[in-house]
Order: sequence, then structure tokens, then C-alpha cells
Amino acid sequence: MRSFTYQRVTDPSAAIQALAMAVANNNPPTEATAQPLAGGTTLIDLMKLDVMRPRTVVDINPLASTWSAINLDGGNLRLGALARMSDVAANPEIQRNYPVIADSLRLAASPQLRNMATLGGNVLQRTRCTYFRDISYANCNKRDPGSGCAALDGFNRMHAVLGTSEQCIATYPGDFAQALIALDATVEITGKSGVRNIPFAQLHKPPDDSPQIETTLAPGELISAFTVSGRWPRSVYLKARDRQSYEFALSSAAVALDVQDGVISDARVALGGLATVPWRAREAEALIKGQKFDEALAQRVADAALAGAQGRRHNAFKIALGKRVVARALHQAATMEI
Amino acid sequence: MSIAAPEPKANMGQPVPRYDAVAKVTGMAKYAADMPLANPAYAYLVTSAIAKGRIDSFELTEARNIRGVIDIVTHENAEKLKDVKLFSEGGYMSTTVQPLKSADVAHDGQIIAVVLADTFEAGREAAHRVKVNYRPATPSTTFDSPGTTSGPAKGQASRFKEDPKVGDFAKAFDEAEVKITASYETPTQHHNPMELFATSCVWTGDNLTIYEPSQYVYGLKNGVAAQLGIDADKVRVINYYVGGAFGSKGSTTPRTAIMASLARRLNRPVKLVPTRDQGFTIATYRAETRHQIQIGANRDGKLVALRHEGAEVSSRPDAYVVGGTKTTTRLYACPNVDSLVSIVHADRNTPGFMRSPPEVPYLFALESAMDELAVKLNMDPIELRRVNDTMKEPIGGKPYTSRSLMACFDEGARAFGWSQRSAAPKSMTDGDWLVGYGCATTCYPTQMAPAAARVRLQRDGRVRVEIAGHEIGNGAYTVIGQAAAEKLGVPFENVSVHIGDSDLPPAPVAGGSNSTASTCSAVMMVCDQIRQRLFRALMPNESVIDKAKETVGMGQTPVAESANSGRPLDREKAFDALGVSVVEEYGEWKPEDAPKDSFRAMQQGQVRIVGGSAMSDKIAYAFGAEFVEVRIDKWTHEIRIPRLVGAFAAGHIMNPRTARSQLMGGLIWGMSSALLEATELDPRYGRYVNDNLADYLLPVNADVQDVEVIMLSEQDDHINPAGVKGLGELANVGTNAAVCNAIFHATGQRIRKLPVRLENLEV
Ligand SMILES: Cc1cc2nc3c(=O)[nH]c(=O)nc-3n(C[C@H](O)[C@H](O)[C@H](O)COP(=O)(O)OP(=O)(O)OC[C@H]3O[C@@H](n4cnc5c(N)ncnc54)[C@H](O)[C@@H]3O)c2cc1C
Ligand code: SF4
Repeated sequence: MRSFTYQRVTDPSAAIQALAMAVANNNPPTEATAQPLAGGTTLIDLMKLDVMRPRTVVDINPLASTWSAINLDGGNLRLGALARMSDVAANPEIQRNYPVIADSLRLAASPQLRNMATLGGNVLQRTRCTYFRDISYANCNKRDPGSGCAALDGFNRMHAVLGTSEQCIATYPGDFAQALIALDATVEITGKSGVRNIPFAQLHKPPDDSPQIETTLAPGELISAFTVSGRWPRSVYLKARDRQSYEFALSSAAVALDVQDGVISDARVALGGLATVPWRAREAEALIKGQKFDEALAQRVADAALAGAQGRRHNAFKIALGKRVVARALHQAATMEI
Repeated sequence: MSIAAPEPKANMGQPVPRYDAVAKVTGMAKYAADMPLANPAYAYLVTSAIAKGRIDSFELTEARNIRGVIDIVTHENAEKLKDVKLFSEGGYMSTTVQPLKSADVAHDGQIIAVVLADTFEAGREAAHRVKVNYRPATPSTTFDSPGTTSGPAKGQASRFKEDPKVGDFAKAFDEAEVKITASYETPTQHHNPMELFATSCVWTGDNLTIYEPSQYVYGLKNGVAAQLGIDADKVRVINYYVGGAFGSKGSTTPRTAIMASLARRLNRPVKLVPTRDQGFTIATYRAETRHQIQIGANRDGKLVALRHEGAEVSSRPDAYVVGGTKTTTRLYACPNVDSLVSIVHADRNTPGFMRSPPEVPYLFALESAMDELAVKLNMDPIELRRVNDTMKEPIGGKPYTSRSLMACFDEGARAFGWSQRSAAPKSMTDGDWLVGYGCATTCYPTQMAPAAARVRLQRDGRVRVEIAGHEIGNGAYTVIGQAAAEKLGVPFENVSVHIGDSDLPPAPVAGGSNSTASTCSAVMMVCDQIRQRLFRALMPNESVIDKAKETVGMGQTPVAESANSGRPLDREKAFDALGVSVVEEYGEWKPEDAPKDSFRAMQQGQVRIVGGSAMSDKIAYAFGAEFVEVRIDKWTHEIRIPRLVGAFAAGHIMNPRTARSQLMGGLIWGMSSALLEATELDPRYGRYVNDNLADYLLPVNADVQDVEVIMLSEQDDHINPAGVKGLGELANVGTNAAVCNAIFHATGQRIRKLPVRLENLEV
């Protein structure tokens, strides 16, 4: 960890101003010299490991008074970016109307982490690739662009099978983002020139040739809220992992269905643990709409969801696993009592 | 009484709460890194990013410029410490690779520089800015890597004396009616005790005090003295509590003498708290192993031939070996046995003890193979063990001092509901879960080592016990206190126990599960000495000559008889007769069969452990039977363990509460070593990849559901005065096999390589 200046801000404009110094250089937000601090469970970890080296840390927690609200007005959901994972997961309205959101949060990390971590920080959490997190490895394009990728032929059991490039195969590790992308959530972004909204699906960028650029956020911009329109009581988050708790997904699926008279009128399928970014399986969804659920359909959808997957030495198993998880999640969503 | 404090059965002590319970749960217990120091300098390690090669140069300017940095020490300017032998070769060290001696790098994560700074943070920041230019060479990482060398353990590791064999294995196997040949593998594992490998060194004149979590304060004191070339009497090691050790804190690692040397050079206390990932490479680990088992049996299940071949990885310079064949060749009756253990030398740090070092990997192989044999014979696996149970080990024909293996199986089976098991694989399901039941034998050698103690009794009944034992979570404070309280007939609350300090009378390494047996035997003997003095005061007619006999613990005078019989003593009357207020005794105890130099070696921090299969006319082991219910999700193949049941017999149980806790922890670790724990190596670099507690998987609470521990009553008068068979390392043995046996039962798939990951299952 390198010495840094700590700055605590009490209103959004002060935060934007404090972060503005970061705008001066052309680095992507993850490399910016000023970093917002929310729960700190990603940022402080990576600073201790010397992977992130901000010169200024801007503590935005005081903004929680306005940015942590959970609102379910008029059939739409608005979640403040500084809401804590645990508060959202425990909210009975969310549990009833958006089980996929509640479960994606409840099944993540540990109670202590969920009490600290915020939704905004959560969606921006960074990969757990060990070659990225340990600076003594020389080859990591994400940490040091152009240096190569140690994971391609290294120990890559946890790595991605979808959305990879020859430059980086790091998995996007989060759970909550899969619920957001499945539900077509919108991200509200607050920056120098005011507030803008983008579809959540446009927030993250696959690695392609520049794995160091992870999002479309401009340096100095803050996520202020997430919104979801409509309610999704028929939705599930299924997470397969090595141990029963406190572990990232080997494969997960966020599935939301709208079933009218036995016919699936709308279907959302997102995949976790498998891809370099939050992953929506749109081709797979197309197969379901207008159909009646049966296990054969679930199988076809699962196959389509993983159609483009590419395995490597230690993670090839994730393709078959991913299919079974998708099929199982579809089954659970289709058969759940609501 | 409660689940945590089981009702004592015959030959069990009281389940008194832990002596240190309040200190621990209130955070008052001081661990090594908690000890207050006056103005310490903080050391931060820089470890190598290559596993083999040389350091060409360091670039230190940027690091030195960090405010608060005092110095950066590398091989170019470090004091050259003396070479000291490996602990298992008559020395003290965990490895003979002494860092900071030359530009050579012998393994991943070797200490190559130490930053000294006024704060931990400055040290860390500077360490991150140290640039090292290496000339890397290609490491030979593990089995099958080109460039490793391999050879039999016998002849290169002095602790490994024999490859046990008897009869004519080849012929018997050839002629056997039923045969099994199978290969098994266990992974690299790291202890990951919660407490990191902290070390603080403080010099006062030419006296050195070391605060470090250690399982062997006398070993550490003598080891560091030898490396520094100073008199061991000038060195004191203090650690009142050890926050987990599991073998990793048993031998002297190179870091300690380095810190002592730096503290002397700075003339200031030095405090080191290494990081979690550094702990993976600056201490020891359980090396990966491979096994081939061949069993020949009659149709009725009787073994006629057994061969166990094991291979283990060690470092280039050191021949560390666990060699579990001494146990696996003697566990069941079998007239024709053969075995061989070999060592593969790779570019790795030297491995070392890890909870049940030989038994965990070697019994995984044997107990899996026994299950495979049971399947082939279409026989219940418990019955297969019964058919081959024996009171005499087959290699030397020596009798077991006691052996309650089948009683453990029977009690365990009853508690588990083994009779509910339908024998055919894949025959039990529950909704989306495939269900499997499995079992295995566990055993662990009963070991003892010489120990000394000092005990003081006051007229008012207060007692002080001093012995340099170790509280590693094993309940040492508690059982030592209980031993004294029982002998001296005072309430447990009256006893103050002083351990974890090398200025106290020596106790052996807290390893090999010998602690309770050794320290309690010594304390009991010294308490008897006190009783003798008091009885003598009450029986003034005994002669002076008898007194001499009594104090060396051999007397059978009326005084000694009264003292040793546990006869109640009128303490106040005896003190009044003696005319003193305090009686204090020191004594040195050694087990039967201990070598002549035992006591001298004990003072020098060298243990002479006896017991297990190495006794002259008998063999002593604790036994148990373990049962596992495994559940496998049909969809995700996730493997979960809703139930673990273990039944154990281990002689006199000093305290059913602390014993249960040890056994329960063992079962959980055993499950973990089957399903979760593995240190992953990147063979290209010879480096550990998942060297942190997020990626090195350990069970969390949700993974541990029902764990039932059953302790059987067992009495054994042939082992040690305390009648204790160590049980600290009993319960984590065999669990790995029981898990795989249950997985076979659930799925029909035999897994022979650990850990079992969901991708290994083809349900
Ligand atoms: C051991 C461990 C296990 C975990 N397991 C899981 C798991 O199973 N599933 C899972 O999903 N997650 C898991 N996590 C990740 C955890 O959920 C994230 O670390 C956490 O959600 C991040 O939130 P935070 O508020 O602490 O973010 P911070 O660490 O404060 O911030 C993260 C990043 O986002 C930036 N940032 C924060 N808030 C904003 C904002 N409003 N606008 C713009 N930028 C912002 C910060 O500058 C930083 O770069 C685990 C973490 C750990 C340490
Ligand atoms: S996968 Fe990505 S993060 Fe990991 S080493 Fe390769 S480039 Fe770095």
C-alpha cells in the first residue's frame, strides 16, 4: 500500500470536485489517481496488495444519507448506490418482488462483507484472478497493459469461458450484477456535467484488446443509483460453488420469467462465474419466449446460453456445469410458487 | 453436562472448562505479536518471485526513499548466520536453505530481503517498491517434472529406518483369490493457522528474548542460539498462546535468527508479522504424495498380501519424509507385506509436519483400497475390517497395548445408522441429492517424550505448575492443571499453570500428539514427589536412604506407596509437621524405552519421542472409526457433508470437553482435506497460486453441519503413567477416505485423487 491522501466528502458535488483531479489524466477509472471509497472491501484490499495505487482516496460514505435509499414506488425499483448489500438482501419487499436480487446479494461474500459493501462498489468489484492480484507475477495485461497474460496457460480453474480474449480471460466475479443485467436495470451516473442514465448492460466492457478498461465510466464519475422497471417475483439466482457459503460462483444463473397461462411471455437469463463481464444470454432467451416450460426446453436454452463458450486447461468443466446450472435455474423459476 | 461437555465415562477426567477460556473469548490472551515492545522497528519481508535461479541485482533507491525506512538488508549486507541441520537430522531447522546467504534462490517465496522501518506501513510500501533483477532458471516443480531426482527414503532420511516387510508378498499376491491394485494421490496443503508467523526479537545486553508462536520453545531457543553462535542460556522464547500451529510452528524456521540478527544490528527490538501469502513459503507445508496399493485377499475377506508404495516430494537439499508405511503395514492382520517409500527432490521449500503427517496421506490410500476390496468382495466394509482386526501387528508380531477399533466401529455405526445404508452404489437419493454413506478406520501412534516440571504447593492448597509446554489450542493449560489438581487433591481453581516460556522446565515439542501424555506424566510424577515429602513428614520413621530412592521416582517404601496410591493427605497437618509454608519439587520424567541421552537432549531442545510402532516389545496406537454422509447435487454436482460421526478410543481421557473439541476439529479438517484444501502450483514457475484464504479453500460454518464425537472408555496401563493416548491428530485421519468411500457409494465413481472437486464427478 502506498501513502495516500484521505478526503471525506459530504455532498455529491464535493465528491465530483474531489475526484476531478483524476479527470486530468487519461487513465481508465480503475487507474485514476483519485478513487472513491465506499465499503472499501475491494479497494482497500487491492491497495494493500499494491495493485491499486491511488494518491487520493475520496470517502463517499457520508453521501449515504441521500444515496442509500431503497424505493419501490409505482412498480419500479430504485436502489441507491451506497445501500449496503445486507440491507438490500434483507428487505422483505425486495425478497418478495425481486428474489433474484435478494438472493444474488444474500449468496455473496460473508455477513461481515455484506454489512460493509455497497451496491455501487459491488458492481465495480474487480476480478479475483490471482495473477492480477499478486504483483510479483510479471504478466498481466489488466494490471500492466502489454505484459501478457499468465492465466492463459496457468492455473485458470476460476477463469472465464465466455467473453474472453487472447489478452485476458479474467472472470467478472460478482453476483448482483447478473441480477441487474437480467432485469434490464439502468445505472444512474453522476458526473461533472450532471446525471446520465445508461442501461446496466452498457456499464462493463469485455477485455478485447484493452483488459485494463473495465467499464464505460469516465474518470471521476460516480454511480448514484440503479433502477429496475416492473416487478419480477418469478425470478431466481442459483449459484454453484465449492463450498456452501463465502465463495465466488463457479457458475451461476440469474433467471427471471413472466408466465401467463402457462406460456412464458418474457424470459431473462444471465450467467455468472463464467464470463469476463456480467453476461446476458439473449439468444437463449429468444428460444423461450412464447413457449411452455419443459425440461427439454430448459436443456435447449442452456445449450444456447453456453454456445460460444471456450474452455481452457482447468476451466473447461464450466461449460457443462454452466448448462446444468442454467437448466436448473430455469426449472426453479418456472416451478416456483408465487 | 452438555454436548460440549460430555458426561465422563469410566477412565475419563472431568470436563472442566478451559483454563484460558475467559482470556481467549475476552481478547485478553496475548499472542506473540500482541506482546508490548519498547520502540520496535518493523520488519517486512521481500520474498522471491522465482522458484529457482539467481539474483542479479537489487534496485533499492525508490524503496529507501520511503519515509520511515531504516534499512534494507539483502544477502549483500546481511550477517552470515551459521548453518544448522534439519530437525529430523539432529538439528533444529525446518529447512537447510538459509536465506540472505547468497544470491541463489532455491524456492518460490524465499526471503531475499528485509525492509526495516519505523512503521509496518512504511516497511510494506518500501517492500513493494524493491525491484529485483533475477536470472531465472526453469524449476522442477513436482512429480514428473523434468529435472527432479528420486530415490528410496531409506538411506537418505535418518528418521526413516525401515521399509517394513514380512513373508513373501509377491507369491501371496500372485496366488490371491481377489486382488486390488490402485493408485492414489494427495495434494500439497498448507496449515494456515489463524495466527501468522510473527516474530519479535528483543536484546537486553547479550540476552535475547523471542516472542514467537512456537510448538517447541526449547527447540527454537537452541536452534536460534546455534544459528547465531551464542550460548542457548542467553536465549528465552516466550509464547503464552499459540493461535493454531498444526505442525507449522514445530521446527525453527530461518526467519527467527534473521530477526534476532537484525535486532542486534539496530540495537532496537524488531517486530515481524509476515503476510498470509508469505506464510505459504517461509514455513513448511504438507507435500503432495502418491501411492500404489496392492491387496490380495481370500474370498472371506482375509488379507493374504499387502503392498504399499509411497512417494513424497521434498526440497533439493533436504530429505524430509513422512513415511506412513510404518502404520499402514501394521494396521491389519496380513502375513505377507511389502512396502517402499521414496522421495522426489524438487525445487521447493522443505516440507514439514502437518497434523498427522504420515497418517493423513497414507491412510487415505489404504482405507480407500480397503473399501475397493469390500466392494469387490461384496462385503460390508465394517465386516472387512472385523475379519482383519488383530491384537498383534503383523511385521514384528508385537502386541497392541490396547486396541478398540471394532468397538469404535460398532458404536459409531449405531450412532450413524449404518444399518440404514443400502449397499449398492447409487441406490440412495433424496430429492435432487444423491446420498452416500462411507466409513474408514483412523489410528494414530501413542507417543511420549521426556519432560520436566516444577510444582509448588502451598499450605493453603494453592498450586503453581511450571513446564515449558505449549497451548496450541490443545487444552494444555487445562489438562496440566487438572493433572496437578487431581494428584494434589486440590480444586482445579487453585492451580496456576505456567507454560510457553523456555525459562521453565523443558517439555517436548507439541507434536506427534505427545503433549498431554508427556507433560501430564511429568507433572503427575512431580506431584508424587511433593506427596512423598508430605507423607514422610507424617511418617517420620522412614529412613534417609529411602528418601533418595523416592525422589528419582522408583521407591516403593511405605511413604512412596502412600504417596503414589492417591491416598488422601492431610495437607495442613503435613505442612505443620514439616514446619514450612511451601513445598516445591522439580523432576524429570521419561517414558519407558527412552534412550539414555534423553534428559540431556531434552535440555538442548532435541526430542526423543518414543512409542507407536517403535517400542521394543509392544505397539501402541489410538483407534477410531469414522462415518460420513455425503450428498451430491444432481444438477450442480456440488458435494456437501451433512453428517460426520467419529467414535474414538484413546486410553485415559483427561478432559472430555477439550478432547471432544480436538476430535471434532479433526473430523472437520479431515473432511476439508478431502474436499477443499489444496495448494495449487503453477508448474511453469514452481510457484503457489492460491496463497490466500479466499482461494485456499477451508470449510466455513455452512459446510459443517452435524458432527458427532463419541469417546469410548478405554484403559491402557502399558503406555505412560497418565494412561493417555494422544488424540490431537487422531480424528483427521481416514476422514478423506471415508468421504471418497461415501462418494463411491453415492455415485459409483471411485475418486483416487484429492481434493475431490465437483468437476471430478460424472453423475
Ligand atoms: C473474501 C471476499 C469474498 C467475496 N465474495 C463475493 C461473492 O461471493 N460475490 C460477490 O458478488 N462479491 C463478493 N465479494 C466482493 C464484494 O462483494 C465487493 O468487494 C463489494 O461488493 C465491493 O463493495 P464496496 O462498497 O466495499 O466497494 P469499494 O471497495 O469501496 O469500491 C470498489 C471500487 O468501486 C469504486 N466505487 C465504489 N463506489 C463507487 C460509486 N458509487 N461510484 C463509482 N465508483 C465507486 C471504488 O473506487 C473501487 O474502485 C467478496 C469480497 C471478498 C473480500
Ligand atoms: S486473465 Fe486477465 S487479469 Fe488474469 S492474468 Fe490474464 S490479463 Fe491479468
